[in-house]
Amino acid sequence: MLEIKQLTVAVEDKEILHDVSLTIKTGETHVLFGPNGSGKTTLLMAMMGFPKYQVTSGSIIFRGMDITGLPLDERSRLGIGISFQRPPVVRGVKTRDMVSACLKERGGEEIISKLAKKADLADFMDREINYGFSGGEIKRSELMQLLAQKPELTLLDEPESGVDLVNIALIGELINELLEKDCPIRFRKCMGLIITHTGNILDYVNALTGYVMYDGRIGCEGDPHEILKTIKEKGYEECIRCLVREVPNA
Amino acid sequence: MPEIKSAKTYKDRAKAAAAKPAALGNDIDLSTYISSTEEQPYRADPSELPAQAKEKMLEAGVILDDISQRSGTFIQMDNAPVHSSSRQEGIEVMAVSQALERYDWLSDYWWRAVAVDSDKYTAHIELSQSNGYFIRTLPGYKTVFPVQACLYLSKVQLAQNVHNIIIAEENSELHIITGCTTASKEEPGLHMGVSEFYIKRGAKVTFTMIHSWNPVVAVRPRTGVIIEQDGLFLSNYVIMKPVQSLQTNPLAKCVGENATVRFNSILVSTPGSMMDVGSRVLLNAKGAKTEIISRTITTGGNIVARGYIEGNAPEVKGHLECRGLILEGKGVIHAVPELKGTLAGIDLSHEAAVGKIAEEELEYLMARGLTRTEATATIIRGFLRVDIEGLPPLLSAELQRAVEASEEDLM
Ligand SMILES: Nc1ncnc2c1ncn2[C@@H]1O[C@H](COP(=O)(O)OP(=O)(O)OP(=O)(O)O)[C@@H](O)[C@H]1O
Ligand SMILES: [Mg+2]
Repeated sequence: MLEIKQLTVAVEDKEILHDVSLTIKTGETHVLFGPNGSGKTTLLMAMMGFPKYQVTSGSIIFRGMDITGLPLDERSRLGIGISFQRPPVVRGVKTRDMVSACLKERGGEEIISKLAKKADLADFMDREINYGFSGGEIKRSELMQLLAQKPELTLLDEPESGVDLVNIALIGELINELLEKDCPIRFRKCMGLIITHTGNILDYVNALTGYVMYDGRIGCEGDPHEILKTIKEKGYEECIRCLVREVPNA
Repeated sequence: MPEIKSAKTYKDRAKAAAAKPAALGNDIDLSTYISSTEEQPYRADPSELPAQAKEKMLEAGVILDDISQRSGTFIQMDNAPVHSSSRQEGIEVMAVSQALERYDWLSDYWWRAVAVDSDKYTAHIELSQSNGYFIRTLPGYKTVFPVQACLYLSKVQLAQNVHNIIIAEENSELHIITGCTTASKEEPGLHMGVSEFYIKRGAKVTFTMIHSWNPVVAVRPRTGVIIEQDGLFLSNYVIMKPVQSLQTNPLAKCVGENATVRFNSILVSTPGSMMDVGSRVLLNAKGAKTEIISRTITTGGNIVARGYIEGNAPEVKGHLECRGLILEGKGVIHAVPELKGTLAGIDLSHEAAVGKIAEEELEYLMARGLTRTEATATIIRGFLRVDIEGLPPLLSAELQRAVEASEEDLM
């Protein structure tokens, strides 16, 4: 289980997230909607533990452990993984090196080439990571790395943006494998939190709950398909106006 | 050594330049070094050299115990050649003094790629008894394995002066690996070396040089390369061990159409070390191409990383890439990429970047579970990895091993 309790986050001394709370139970996948600049990426980066995203109050509880002050790499090793909206290019470091870093001692060449094939990136393994990659290639490479890492909590920042119609099915497949979709929910260990603008990913992924972020706050929580419908028909303003949070058990 | 035709004028020009400081790098007082012409015993079998020397040479890529993967070998200790041999038909490897005796025409190559009066170091090499290697491939012959050469500095406070001539005749292919090193880890010395390369029509030469000096040795290589039509010259220079002072700025001239030159250098500068290393290429014939790539790291030393490309003919193409990493607080990297075009229709470009490892890149790797130290090591390893096109796999692997062996000192 993952619990975020009244989290306030500042970037360069400017408060971006205010009093954000959400809970993802083991095996569940949730999605996060919200207009540009509302704070979605900030939430994921703070959950992952990037030093620039300063938690000024509140807490993050992962599997019953308070990880609010835990460094980035330790969170990764505990089982939290992220796919970046815009990952950096690292010159000289090959895609293969990244995948093998994610794998740690869990496998060698064979597993790497299997993953590469699965993500349709076999020709990219000896290229420098993200250097000259297209938008869609970046997304697939991020998911391939996560498949190697096998995190328990997967944070995906717009995994489908800029991906064409053919590739989106592949992206959907990779995400489902990451989130163990084929496994009955009560046996599933993996949790996911996915940022999406288009909601296209909902056609592939079984998401239980949706949130709308607005101005650094979670303004709405509910069925993701209904939220998406409201946003599409009436825009974010309307969606936020209701401001009724159906918080179960609260 | 035999006198060279018109040697008189060389001697005169050298005398006139005997006190001429180099255009770049700190000046070295040559009078503080001793010049020795002491003979060293010749070894028909290079594996009979002292174990300690062989070990040092091996660090610089020179293998003496099993030379089955070498087409030829040349070893010079201080100023005396101690071994030269060729194991393949069409490949000549000998001391340059011997070559001068054998070939009258060699004087035509003497001081043609490097000017004798460039500075006091070239002058000193002309004015003292200098030996070095002569490596030549006959027309159409291709080396199966690389030829290896080692210049070894053993006498304390010695000025080692070397004059090398490398000739690849038409349509031949020559791979050379050369290691330069010292017997002592702490005694001072000076290495001055002139290397003149002549790459004839359609010939291909790769030259991989590994330097492994010590923190009190000064080094002044002077290199000139002339590349004829469809010729290729590929240089890989690696210096990752400490040195006191190093200044070199090879000049390659593409004089024939479609001649190609590539310079790759990997430099690591440790505290107290001063390096000024560049590569210059003149694209003087139609369709000539060049790529100059340097990767520099300082852990506290000073580096000037230069690159110069001049386009003087139609349809020439050149690219310069200088990237520098400052690993600790105090080092300095000064990248000086220069391009000069003298007519329309040429394509010259450069990119240069100097700085510490980007935080964002470290964090990307840390998000995948690497510790900060592991992430730093991965980025450095990647930075130093140059996949060199055109280098035979054996040499590529040896170069990679040499780089990896020195990486450990860095981390
Ligand atoms: N490093 C930073 N420095 C200053 N402001 C920042 C920084 N990072 C984020 N912000 C600001 O925080 C706000 C939220 O940004 P965030 O990236 O979380 O939005 P988002 O919801 O992910 O938007 P998008 O849909 O465009 O990706 C924005 O106003 C952004 O400009
Ligand atoms: Mg975002």
